Amino acid sequence: MGAGSAAAAALPGERVPVTRLKRMLESEKVLASTLLAPGILILVLFIAYPFVMAIWYSLTSIRVGDPGEFVGFDNFTKAWSDTIFQVAFKNTVFYTFWATIFKLALGMWLALLLNRSFRFKRIIRASMLLPFIIPTVLSAFAWRWMFDPTFSVMNWLLFHTGMIADRLPFLSNGDWAMWCAVLVNTWRGMPFFAITLLAGLQTISPDLHEAAALDGANSWHRFWHVTWPLLMPVTLVVVVFSVIQTFSDFQLIYVLTGGGPANSTHLVATYAYQVGVASGLLGEGAALSLFMFPVLFAVVWVQLRYMKRMEGH
Amino acid sequence: MKRRKFLKATGAGFAATGLAGILAAHRAPVFAQANTVHILRWNDFVPAADKVLREVYVPEVQKALGIKLNVETVNANDIPARATAGIQSGSGPDIIMLLNNYPQLYAAGGVDVSDIAAEVGKAQGGIYGLPESMCKVGKQWVAMPWATVPALIAYRKSWFDEIGVKEFPKTWAQYHEAGKKLKAAKHPIGQTLGHTFGDAPTFAYPMMWSYGGQEVDAKGKVVLNSKETVESVKFMTQFWKDAHDEGGLAWDDSNNNRAFLAGDICASLNGASIYVAALNGADKFKTEKGAPLHTDILHAPLPAGPKGQYAYHTAFTHMVMKYSKNVKGAKEFLRWAHTPANYEKWLVVQKGFAVAPTTQWEKHKMWEADPVMLPFKTASRAGRHMGFAGAPDKKAAEAWNKYIIVDMYANAASGKMKPEESVKAAAAELAKIYT
Repeated sequence: MGAGSAAAAALPGERVPVTRLKRMLESEKVLASTLLAPGILILVLFIAYPFVMAIWYSLTSIRVGDPGEFVGFDNFTKAWSDTIFQVAFKNTVFYTFWATIFKLALGMWLALLLNRSFRFKRIIRASMLLPFIIPTVLSAFAWRWMFDPTFSVMNWLLFHTGMIADRLPFLSNGDWAMWCAVLVNTWRGMPFFAITLLAGLQTISPDLHEAAALDGANSWHRFWHVTWPLLMPVTLVVVVFSVIQTFSDFQLIYVLTGGGPANSTHLVATYAYQVGVASGLLGEGAALSLFMFPVLFAVVWVQLRYMKRMEGH
Repeated sequence: MKRRKFLKATGAGFAATGLAGILAAHRAPVFAQANTVHILRWNDFVPAADKVLREVYVPEVQKALGIKLNVETVNANDIPARATAGIQSGSGPDIIMLLNNYPQLYAAGGVDVSDIAAEVGKAQGGIYGLPESMCKVGKQWVAMPWATVPALIAYRKSWFDEIGVKEFPKTWAQYHEAGKKLKAAKHPIGQTLGHTFGDAPTFAYPMMWSYGGQEVDAKGKVVLNSKETVESVKFMTQFWKDAHDEGGLAWDDSNNNRAFLAGDICASLNGASIYVAALNGADKFKTEKGAPLHTDILHAPLPAGPKGQYAYHTAFTHMVMKYSKNVKGAKEFLRWAHTPANYEKWLVVQKGFAVAPTTQWEKHKMWEADPVMLPFKTASRAGRHMGFAGAPDKKAAEAWNKYIIVDMYANAASGKMKPEESVKAAAAELAKIYT
């Protein structure tokens, strides 16, 4: 029998012994701190500590097996003048922008389709999540095979259906390779958009659509003036998450192209890995990766401002 | 036996052999003292060699030295990340197999294995110069050479015969002419210029050297942006367009093997893995006339340029890690593995794809078995190191790791840059390393 039940069983007027710990926990502040402590500990250990270490590394000349010395902002200035980094940064912006646009457009289209009633609705909704569930490394390998310069199944199909005379340079041409990466990212990320937007769509009362239809609004008007504004908060959250994930993407490019050909598809994350981990220049690698921070911070800041404004309304 | 009785009996047994036993013996239990050696290596392009490690070395080294050998293999392109993570965190494999001049990059993380190198070198006719230059920092051996994979061109003899080239081209110009005709006959040359550890640098560096280009001079001053280097890039750009499968810009080290075995390409710079795979799969890989493919494969060195003929062969070395809790066991294992009787078991299944780091093995009878493999026997005698005419030090390793020389050719071959621009950009990248 626990202390609580003992207290409950005590007669009125009888004094119940209260432990010191129990008294402390009765204080709201202490209780809140106690409950928050494990979460804070995890944040400090796995997010704050690596982040602070990355900042420290970026200010030193540390390389593998050599702690190096404090060099101030040298690593940042070196990165800024690094032509490969400049390409990688532009690639990251390009990749994030187009992949997010496609994921949003196609995800929205899919969500609107799935919001309708049709046979096998549940199975189709569940199966749509497959690209999101499959580990990225595995799916990127599968795509790499499909884009293989010599054995691409797509080239084979197009050639044998008479649509092309020469193989398409999916991964061997820098521009093609970048668009291939955008395509694979879109394929992988679209289900997340679709499912989240679908959840948002289901919270919109059908009455609003009915009323708009009675007022003579066609389907485009109903989407633009009813669905879209009501979906905006969900859309914004999902876009922000996607931007953060896409901007810091690593696995997909690492497996699909390794940053090639001739650095054409390097993203900031893959280039930082090549410099920091593969070449052992940990300080320079940390500085390169920290260039992502201001961009992602700005994205989150805009999102938080917008959410706050929405709450105000 | 009843449950209660069983628990009582096992409990008593545990108590007798457990804590009380440990305290009485004044020593840690046996399982805590296990002599385990964890070795990290690449997924060998000759899978039979990994089988020897797992199925022969593991039981035999356990029997001979009481060492429990734990063999882990990964993609060679992922080894640098594992080495960096191990050294920085102070934990990981006891021995890491490193490629090329990586021992220079990770020198601070390796223990001195000069004693093993001296013993093996003395007993086996001396270690070749190329692996020695990769493994020595000053006078200290920070890694022990294990093998070298010579890079030679594997080519389809019948296809070269068909265009009237009876002997493999001796110069780049001749190779270009032959390649043009072969590409027109739908048999292009296959060569990677991608971001991959083996075939791309082993092609790009010797191409540069054969025209007289080099990264740095003997004092470490960057001299890449020269007339000679520009000439080599100009040649390669045209050669690429006229004679190569242009998909090679996205190839890794395995694409050319697959393309060759599928009959898509006429020639490719490679270790002997294409030939060994064709030999082992004689029923599977055939020529268009139905003959086993291996009967139509020969090997030749890279052609000569205006300033000579060069080669770069990939060195495979073993570094015993400083952070290892079992440095003694790891060194004992290496010593054991290099004894001729044990080393031979691994070497013979390579069939010449990998050759030994010491000269004595050139006399082995395995070289009498197959004349097609003979060019590999002595390939290790020649070869230049990355970073020539400077040292193959960590700066050279960094330049290699960033694919600066490979990308210099890839940028021009893909049409992304003019040859002059590509050389200039590569020289600027090198200058940041050699400051």
